[in-house]
Amino acid sequence: MTLEAFNRGAAIGRILPVFAGFAPRIGATADMQASPFRGVLLEARPLRRDDGKDRNLATTKTMNGDQPTRRDFLYIATGAVGAVGAAAVAWPLIHQMNPDASVQALASTEVDLSPIAEGQIVTVKWRGKPVFISHRTKTEIQAAEATPLRDLPDPQPDSARVQKGKEQWLIVVGVCTHLGCVPLGHQGDYKGWFCPCHGSHYDTSGRIRKGPAPANLVVPPYVFTTDTMVRIG
Amino acid sequence: MSGPSNFKPKSAFLQWTERRLPILGLMHSSFVAYPTPRNLNYWWTFGGILSFCLGVQIITGIVLAMHYTPTVAGAFESVEHIMRDVNFGWLIRYVHANGASMFFIAVYIHIFRGLYYGSYKEPREILWILGVIIFLLMMATAFMGYVLPWGQMSFWGATVITNLFSALPGVGPKIVELLWGGYSVDQPTLQRFFSLHYLLPFMIAGVVVLHIWALHEVGQNNPAGIDVKSDKDTVPFTPYATAKDNFAMVCFMIFFAWFVFYIPNYLGHADNYIPANPLQTPTHIVPEWYFLPFYAILRAIPSKLGGVMAMFGSIALLAFLPWLDRAKTRSARYRPLFKQFFWVFVIVCIGLGWLGSKPAEGAYVIASRILTAYYFIHFLVILPLLSYYEKPAPVPASIADSVLGNQPLAPARVKGSR
Repeated sequence: MTLEAFNRGAAIGRILPVFAGFAPRIGATADMQASPFRGVLLEARPLRRDDGKDRNLATTKTMNGDQPTRRDFLYIATGAVGAVGAAAVAWPLIHQMNPDASVQALASTEVDLSPIAEGQIVTVKWRGKPVFISHRTKTEIQAAEATPLRDLPDPQPDSARVQKGKEQWLIVVGVCTHLGCVPLGHQGDYKGWFCPCHGSHYDTSGRIRKGPAPANLVVPPYVFTTDTMVRIG
Repeated sequence: MSGPSNFKPKSAFLQWTERRLPILGLMHSSFVAYPTPRNLNYWWTFGGILSFCLGVQIITGIVLAMHYTPTVAGAFESVEHIMRDVNFGWLIRYVHANGASMFFIAVYIHIFRGLYYGSYKEPREILWILGVIIFLLMMATAFMGYVLPWGQMSFWGATVITNLFSALPGVGPKIVELLWGGYSVDQPTLQRFFSLHYLLPFMIAGVVVLHIWALHEVGQNNPAGIDVKSDKDTVPFTPYATAKDNFAMVCFMIFFAWFVFYIPNYLGHADNYIPANPLQTPTHIVPEWYFLPFYAILRAIPSKLGGVMAMFGSIALLAFLPWLDRAKTRSARYRPLFKQFFWVFVIVCIGLGWLGSKPAEGAYVIASRILTAYYFIHFLVILPLLSYYEKPAPVPASIADSVLGNQPLAPARVKGSR
């Protein structure tokens, strides 16, 4: 047994008959031709059709000017069913990785806002990630509202990021839109948030102003259930 | 290559098995009789060293998995339990953790060896591409392994790296949720990373088999970069390569042991001894040293999608190298210009690694951009141009001549001939 022979597939053919089907392309040996699997994979079998002539698989495909044969149809139909079957098996195997029912069930959080003082930012956990609840001061609100939209990489007015009449409450997902770090509050050039990982600056409305992040901090879905209670998610 | 092997076991029993499963003959022709170029230097011992590294990681990893708990609540504590309570747990974990770094040291030397001596050139393209695939699998394995101790760096490294996929337009966020199995890095993420971290080394082993198979089909490259022409150019694998590989491996083990026993945490980060906290990011997150050059490229580009594409592109580019560098002379030894650009490239890669460890601000960013640009220019501009404009030095007529110092040299290779 030489390595070279191994390389040409002979050894594989001898060890694993299944591979013998590949052998003719990479160098056949006598014992492979005799492999029991070979016939199944490659050997042409006689076929009887209405005209009474014997045909075999190798020629049906290339018959000149002939209609596609029943054999061709069966090939394609078998292949199609096989492909659909493979996809049907693959989908559960992929979909199992998506958020499961227990994870989705925990997807809302209630927060009491009454203990949060003006000028304070608290962090709560929602869907496993931090959510910042910022009780904004008058100056912070003014700074956010006064910013011209043309200064923003991701233009969005402050009014679209808070609820009307509740402008003091800014609620944003505390995950930098760059690569997911948690920005630090009351820091950076715009006194909103600053992400220490790659240097993104957000303003008091959580909008991106400077740095690599492409988008504003995300405003999660939330409703005020009472004046001082909010449900996130 | 060798002719038909005349290997025949002595005992009747082995003859009986050999006729039914010729595995001894395969080993004999692959690792004993296999002819290796007689001029291989010590840079060629890293293939064997890498196999050793893979073996060490698999064995220590299997042992660690017997004591580790892949849960958010238990992972960090189970690692500390391994360090403090399990008999020799400290040793096995330090070998595994430092083993990853040793693996990358060896693989980078192995890759740069290939770059210098033109080991990616015809007919070794597939051999080279298989190597790039192994490198990618190694990176994925190392990344997921680093997440398992569930320290601060584990958690935030996982967050940043999985978020790279959110840069893909449209489907990005959905893909990230699919990777996480939730809305953030959490229990499902940790558990699947553990499962995949266990799986991938065996996939690496599979691709290594293909890599060696391809290597033995086309034969090893050598420092002269010329083909084996006669038996005078080769020596049998055993004892020549075996002895040389073993000596190099023992030296490598000493280096390895120095890290394990004297500076086991030198290559790690202190932050990873703080349990993961999803609400607080460490002030300065950096990946493990072996990812730093790619991390520098990621940060050098001032756009999220652009940075991610540049980072993946910098690795993917390697797979196209055989078609970017069309020069017929393989070894840098006979390519005076290429040799200089090679060393510039090495310095640029080390520079990128250093910059990756620095905060992304000021002059560091500018330097990262310059070196990132050079990295791509090296592959996309310099190498293709050199292929046409460089006049190679004459190569020796044969490997035997190059070793024995016989002077008659073949005429310089003309463009287009081989």
